[in-house]
Amino acid sequence: MPQSADKVIDHENLFREPEYQDMLANKKAFEFNHSDAKIQEIVQWTKTEDYKQKNFAREGLTVNPAKACQPLGAVYVANGFHKTLSFVHGSQGCVAYYRSHFSRHFKEPTSCVSSSMTEDAAVFGGLNNMIDGLANTYNLYQPDMIAVSTTCMAEVIGDDLNAFIKTAKEKGSVPQEFDVPFAHTPAFVGSHITGYDNALLGVLKHFWDGKADTAPKLTRVPGEAINFIGGFDGFVVGNMKEIKRIMDLFGVEYNVICDPSEVWNTPTDGEFRMYEGGTTKETVERALNAKATIIFQEFSCEKTAKFIGEHGQEVVVLNSPIGVAGTDRFLMEISRLTGKPIPAQLEKERGLLVDAMADSQAHLHGKRYALYGDPDFLLGLSEFLLELGAEPAHVVATNGEKDWEAKMNTLFASSQYGAACKAYPKRDLWHLRSLLFTEPVDFLIGNTYGKYLERDTGTPLIRMVFPIFDRHHYHVRPIWGYEGGMRVLVDLLDEYFETLDANTIVAGKTDYSYDIIR
Amino acid sequence: MSMTIDEKKAQNAALIDEVLKAYPEKTAKKRAKHLNVHEEGKPDCGVKSNIKSLPGVMTIRGCAYAGSKGVVWGPIKDMIHISHGPVGCGQYSWAARRNYYIGVTGVDTFVTMQFTSDFQEKDIVFGGDKKLEVIMDEIQQLFPLNKGISVQSECPIGLIGDDIEAVSKKKSKEYNGHTIVPVRCEGFRGVSQSLGHHIANDAIRDWVFDKADPDKRPDFVSTPYDVAIIGDYNIGGDAWSSRILLEEMGLRVIAQWSGDGTIAELENTPKAKLNVLHCYRSMNYISRHMEEKYGVPWVEYNFFGPTKIEESLREIASHFDDTIKANAEKVIAKYKPLMQAVIDKYRPRLEGKKVMLFVGGLRPRHVIGAYEDLGMEVVGTGYEFGHNDDYQRTTHYVKDGTLIYDDVTGYEFEKFVEKVKPDLVGSGIKEKYVFQKMGVPFRQMHSWDYSGPYHGYDGFAIFARDMDMAISSPIWGLSKAPWKK
Repeated sequence: MPQSADKVIDHENLFREPEYQDMLANKKAFEFNHSDAKIQEIVQWTKTEDYKQKNFAREGLTVNPAKACQPLGAVYVANGFHKTLSFVHGSQGCVAYYRSHFSRHFKEPTSCVSSSMTEDAAVFGGLNNMIDGLANTYNLYQPDMIAVSTTCMAEVIGDDLNAFIKTAKEKGSVPQEFDVPFAHTPAFVGSHITGYDNALLGVLKHFWDGKADTAPKLTRVPGEAINFIGGFDGFVVGNMKEIKRIMDLFGVEYNVICDPSEVWNTPTDGEFRMYEGGTTKETVERALNAKATIIFQEFSCEKTAKFIGEHGQEVVVLNSPIGVAGTDRFLMEISRLTGKPIPAQLEKERGLLVDAMADSQAHLHGKRYALYGDPDFLLGLSEFLLELGAEPAHVVATNGEKDWEAKMNTLFASSQYGAACKAYPKRDLWHLRSLLFTEPVDFLIGNTYGKYLERDTGTPLIRMVFPIFDRHHYHVRPIWGYEGGMRVLVDLLDEYFETLDANTIVAGKTDYSYDIIR
Repeated sequence: MSMTIDEKKAQNAALIDEVLKAYPEKTAKKRAKHLNVHEEGKPDCGVKSNIKSLPGVMTIRGCAYAGSKGVVWGPIKDMIHISHGPVGCGQYSWAARRNYYIGVTGVDTFVTMQFTSDFQEKDIVFGGDKKLEVIMDEIQQLFPLNKGISVQSECPIGLIGDDIEAVSKKKSKEYNGHTIVPVRCEGFRGVSQSLGHHIANDAIRDWVFDKADPDKRPDFVSTPYDVAIIGDYNIGGDAWSSRILLEEMGLRVIAQWSGDGTIAELENTPKAKLNVLHCYRSMNYISRHMEEKYGVPWVEYNFFGPTKIEESLREIASHFDDTIKANAEKVIAKYKPLMQAVIDKYRPRLEGKKVMLFVGGLRPRHVIGAYEDLGMEVVGTGYEFGHNDDYQRTTHYVKDGTLIYDDVTGYEFEKFVEKVKPDLVGSGIKEKYVFQKMGVPFRQMHSWDYSGPYHGYDGFAIFARDMDMAISSPIWGLSKAPWKK
């Protein structure tokens, strides 16, 4: 009997006890599996160039993708506005998934409602679901705004959000003047970053362009403020704090448009805060008057950027700058737009980051990395790796397209360390698995799902991509700004040193290199 | 002084009335039918169930796809389950349910992988059948050791008129009768996960049982002691810590449904002498079918906590000869000291603590005994997707005056906990952080909060430790700042 009351044995050890090992061995007789030899043969085959060729020839099947669907991005956006409840029109299971997904990453509650459409709504449309749903949401959760998006079900049957919301208002679900911005977010187009874009555009359109023909369009009165839009960001809690600190150091007037950094970062003090922080309606309206908008992640905001540009502002589009040169560009843009000098404090922080890189670069120089994630993050992080003399050898974006690939290639061409690097748009983690066998690298940068690649290929994983379920609280520290660069650097170094220690830890065999000073 | 039972009932009834006031009138009327105070002696808990969730109220429920792919099919380890439709459903449910298994993932087992047809607009417009054919060919080429494929339909499939049955039949023929199972578990079907379980059960009946060659495995020789574990998904190893007890009492477990299960185990199950059913909700359908078609009787059991385990071992043994019955007693006796040690250690710290539950499947009733073994009291419970037969069965577990809430909404649950002030809430990931913020200790009772197993005697030790750890954590003493106390 392996279990004990004194020292309770958990699953990771319990099933290694002899009783269980015997039991599991005996179970095999009922599984009628292939022979061990056959299994080993296929294990080895999946590591070959031949397998890679066949794997890369896939046309229909996607295996272990690094992307999610549009409404997830829409829920993210709704969470970024003050006292706003996300309302997803369509099947209810989707909403259970979005809420779970975010809560597993942020370790925070995620509020969101569904219009709970079922078979009858599939036949007759979901108008009644919208009418009842808005009324229930409004009464029960008393939001200041309800941001509507759609699941693929509602999109396939062609529900018209604009008409439905108008009708619901006529039926008294919510007051006529109550703000219900909306966005169609079909899951079969793009990815979660497309959903971010569409949903944010929906909010801006609502407030700037006359609230779906129910109010006069706002007139722009040019001002001096700068808008900041972050894009879909799993590190938003840490990053947004850093961005605000930078803006405050500049002393500029700024509006963050879509800021979920507070609602996903609330205290445990006896009170559940369903709503916390977020961009207010007043800020959204004021943002029309800004001098310019800085969009930190281009591919998260393609339509939004165009829309803002058409409203008379300069739009500066970045690709999730990470590291020295990227942050330099960001700060210089702020300086250019506002006429304010780069704060001495930030200049010092820049020097500190360069100092740390100088201290440590020898350990990262020439190291080869595989990385995957959203297109902008990959551009930003690759640039930082190149600055360190490291090589972003395989860069995979399941939701990246040709235009992203072109940008990656330009970046690679800008550095001698980019010569052997390649971008892979529209590829998934099963493609990457092949690459890690046929063209191995030293480290992998990705999200929690990357641990399966770490297990299969032995490539150490650094978790720096949404979602991260199996490590806690990574999202509270930034990866943007010089401070963020410092964190990324330390993470890269930590994994390097841990791997080196693990590789040299055998006493009397390898531990001559198990060094104390490095 | 503690309340009388009548006072408690009156308080709970008043609480329900208060909560309902927040709703629009029409909604309040509907929700009222799902909330009740349990009256001892009644045949059920006095609530309506398995009814559509109301829009906009923040139901905790999922969908039919979650019930089929996420619960029933997903854990079958040597098959590849295609999430057929857009990318999201498969992504959010990817390896999220902790269905433990042994195997070389990506080679002979595939549970923690996300296979998706990643529908694009053109697939919606022109249909996805052609793509599905290509996908099956690619699976056969790149994952040659798979023992079968299932097609888990997402919402669009049923709306655009795809014929996944025809594709499945065609490809099965092309691949020499390879098991290929189309499952019509589109998320808009039914009112919750529950219909997905039913559809998944029916798909096993139609596409596994009815297509299996009974002489396929001449090596398989039946014994009088063959049983199958039905409705255990091996979350954190639950089925393993259950299997070990059945084997210790001399039974031969020929199949696990579906945690750590294989297609061969499913196909051989009709040869069992008895099906032992843990999660009644998700697998009663196939158990009834096997009884009707193959004459395999089934018995429900409960492996949470020593009291219920003991009852269950005896009940299962009662279907066999005296040897097995004697063995059951030996198993019970063998684990008695361990159970006593666990209870002696934790009960003094947990005695009298109040628990509120809201979970799915069998757990809103099944875990009550385990809490009671530790001296704790379940004061409120409800099912995410239960039916009336679940609420009937619940009457054997709950005490008079227990607060019952079917398909509870976010608002109701928060208010109930705020007023009832339990010492522990057991629910899911969406609820966890809400209650922890409120300073209420919490355990996820779907995923065992990344712990487990909780089934069986070995599991109970972990369960007891976890509940104690949640309640007794020094953290809860810190949630109010000293200057605010």
